[in-house]
Amino acid sequence: MNIAVCIKQVPSTESKIRPASDGKDIDRSGLSYVVNPYDEFGVEEALKIKEQLGEGTVTAISIGPEKVSDALRTCLAVGVDQAIHIQDDAIHGSDGFTIARILSAALQKENYDIIFFGRQAIDDDSGAIGVFVAELMGLPHAAGINKLEIHPEDRRAVAHRQIEGATEIVETPLPALFTCQKELNEPRYASLPGIMKAKQKPLTVWGLSDLGIDPATVGATQARITVDQITSPPVRTTGKIIEGNASEAVSELVSLLREEVKIV
Amino acid sequence: MDFNFTEEQTMIRDMVRKFVDNEIKPAAQQIDKEHNVDLVKSIFKKGAALGLYGIPFPEAYGGSGMGETGYCILIEELSRGCASTSVTIGAHIGLAGMSIMIGGNDAQKKKYLAPLASGEKLGAYALTEPGAGSDAANLQLSAKEDGEDYVLNGTKLWITNGDIADIVVVYGLSNPELKARGGITAFIVETSTPGFSANRIEDKMGLRGSATAELVFEEVRVPKENVLGQVGMGFAIAMETLDESRLSLAAACIGAAKELIAMSIDFSKKRVAFQQPIAQFQAIQFMLADMTAEVYQMESIVYRTAWLYDQGKKIPREGAICKLFCSEALDRIVDKAVQIHGGNGFMGEHPVERFYRDSRVNRIFEGTSEIQRMVIAEDVLKKGAY
Ligand SMILES: Cc1cc2nc3c(=O)[nH]c(=O)nc-3n(C[C@H](O)[C@H](O)[C@H](O)COP(=O)(O)OP(=O)(O)OC[C@H]3O[C@@H](n4cnc5c(N)ncnc54)[C@H](O)[C@@H]3O)c2cc1C
Ligand SMILES: Cc1cc2nc3c(=O)[nH]c(=O)nc-3n(C[C@H](O)[C@H](O)[C@H](O)COP(=O)(O)OP(=O)(O)OC[C@H]3O[C@@H](n4cnc5c(N)ncnc54)[C@H](O)[C@@H]3O)c2cc1C
Repeated sequence: MNIAVCIKQVPSTESKIRPASDGKDIDRSGLSYVVNPYDEFGVEEALKIKEQLGEGTVTAISIGPEKVSDALRTCLAVGVDQAIHIQDDAIHGSDGFTIARILSAALQKENYDIIFFGRQAIDDDSGAIGVFVAELMGLPHAAGINKLEIHPEDRRAVAHRQIEGATEIVETPLPALFTCQKELNEPRYASLPGIMKAKQKPLTVWGLSDLGIDPATVGATQARITVDQITSPPVRTTGKIIEGNASEAVSELVSLLREEVKIV
Repeated sequence: MDFNFTEEQTMIRDMVRKFVDNEIKPAAQQIDKEHNVDLVKSIFKKGAALGLYGIPFPEAYGGSGMGETGYCILIEELSRGCASTSVTIGAHIGLAGMSIMIGGNDAQKKKYLAPLASGEKLGAYALTEPGAGSDAANLQLSAKEDGEDYVLNGTKLWITNGDIADIVVVYGLSNPELKARGGITAFIVETSTPGFSANRIEDKMGLRGSATAELVFEEVRVPKENVLGQVGMGFAIAMETLDESRLSLAAACIGAAKELIAMSIDFSKKRVAFQQPIAQFQAIQFMLADMTAEVYQMESIVYRTAWLYDQGKKIPREGAICKLFCSEALDRIVDKAVQIHGGNGFMGEHPVERFYRDSRVNRIFEGTSEIQRMVIAEDVLKKGAY
């Protein structure tokens, strides 16, 4: 099986996120970065499939600036065989659809049987890229899977998805694309031998020209969606506790809702 | 000059931090409250699967060759979570493993260092005795030659991992006339050897999840092939091991200090007094400033010294400086952290209380602050300062 996992480097969950001074991005000074946690489920699932079948190659792919190579090295240290880093200044400012186009071009260069994405990136929460890519590549996909069985003998996969109040079980021929939800597995840690080996594994850097993409078709000017403003959530004010017995408290509450909050 | 950590070093830090956040931090309070050595042992096994204990050792013995710097990174990160776990692992790698690394021959390293590096076996280091702590040169455990063996008789005290270890590096008196000048020998002892017994000491101020034991040797026969280095060279091995492990102890202090600062920042931003978060008060801010200034100094000297060690330099003076400064700085930091937490800092449900108790021993074990000052003073009087 030839498996690809698309990963994104995102600010770590402990990072304190503040809007940047222009109000259109977050302030990136002093942030530490990690592999998007949902993408880690994809990495783990790919490695498990390879181990179960006893054969295969796992490739991690990411788009972004220089520092994204750290995230790819981490994937290599965890056990991924090779990595592809798509890096090109022209990409800066691209919207999700453009990112999906670039990834599709990269994925098309190889015949992958299975492609994994996280169900969303924890920074912008758009949840769209994997699904866009499936559409652009004409692949079947299942989004937000929490269990996956691969049947190599007849090249098909069975995936479980948690839906409102039930589990949906879907079947698809391969190649197919999956976006990963929590509970799919428990991502392993990098190991010391893995870290030591990571440097020797291939990490290929591609620019847009390697993918046959015209730089004029990407970037901020080509974005269909632009960010107008990023603001901090409102500071939560302390609640009010109404004292007294139930009947007094209720009438006090009603008058507060009517006069102060003005919602009844 | 380059003060950057390498890519591998950064990956080790990230990996260990994740391991600590997921596996150690959530268990740390329970480990302390229940004196739960078993829980520490189960964490130890999980760390073994990741190859953590081979970090400073060469690949030939199952290690990853990441040197003292890699090892300090490991111990620093572990110490953010739980001192008991960190000390268990520190005695295993930095004391037992390092003694064999420094003193052992190839066959001994293959037989004993490799299973320590993989975590298949657990190690301990036994130097201290009831009558010989700071004055380790005065140790009395008797080691008499008898045919192909040495026979050990005597007692070791306060030995970390002593009652849970598979392998103990024991320092004994093979020639009472020569004492530390050629009369002390280091032995690798398998704890399954008849005549070896260990009694756990439970009631400690801190490190309550770290097993500390009294070891009793009654006619314990150790084959001569288990003598580390040469007969009579044991004291030099013990001291060189301590140079290295004092540095990693200083790294442990950094981890605790950083965690305490993070907890103090968090608490002071949330705790409101006089209608504002206490972080608004200059009295609190100045404490945080002093804590931060100290941790920067700690980090600066420890990784500089780790680098020196990895260049092949001997570090008796610098190891002592790092141990002295960092253990004392941590006590100042933990005191301020408790102060910032007010009454909460005195309560057992808050981790800062555990850190307060766990920190104190750093000024005592692996050579008290007074002993470090003696080491530094003797050296500076001989060679001058920098
Ligand atoms: C939790 C714990 C774990 C330990 N683990 C180990 C272990 O794994 N292996 C091991 O071998 N040992 C271990 N020890 C022992 C530890 O190394 C000793 O406690 C330490 O070296 C101090 O010795 P002591 O306690 O006998 O104090 P003492 O040597 O009796 O010292 C008492 C006081 O006198 C001072 N003093 C002594 N001599 C001088 C001097 N010449 N000038 C000025 N002041 C002096 C000391 O600084 C100290 O303040 C452990 C101890 C503890 C508490
Ligand atoms: C064992 C124990 C027994 C106790 N017994 C009693 C008792 O019998 N009766 C009783 O009433 N209480 C009792 N207390 C409560 C004790 O008096 C309080 O813990 C103490 O007054 C501190 O208050 P706090 O813990 O809320 O800390 P906080 O007031 O939250 O203080 C946190 C930190 O902020 C600092 N701070 C606060 N305001 C300022 C400021 N304006 N400027 C600069 N720094 C500031 C404090 O000095 C401290 O460092 C007890 C506490 C303990 C731990």
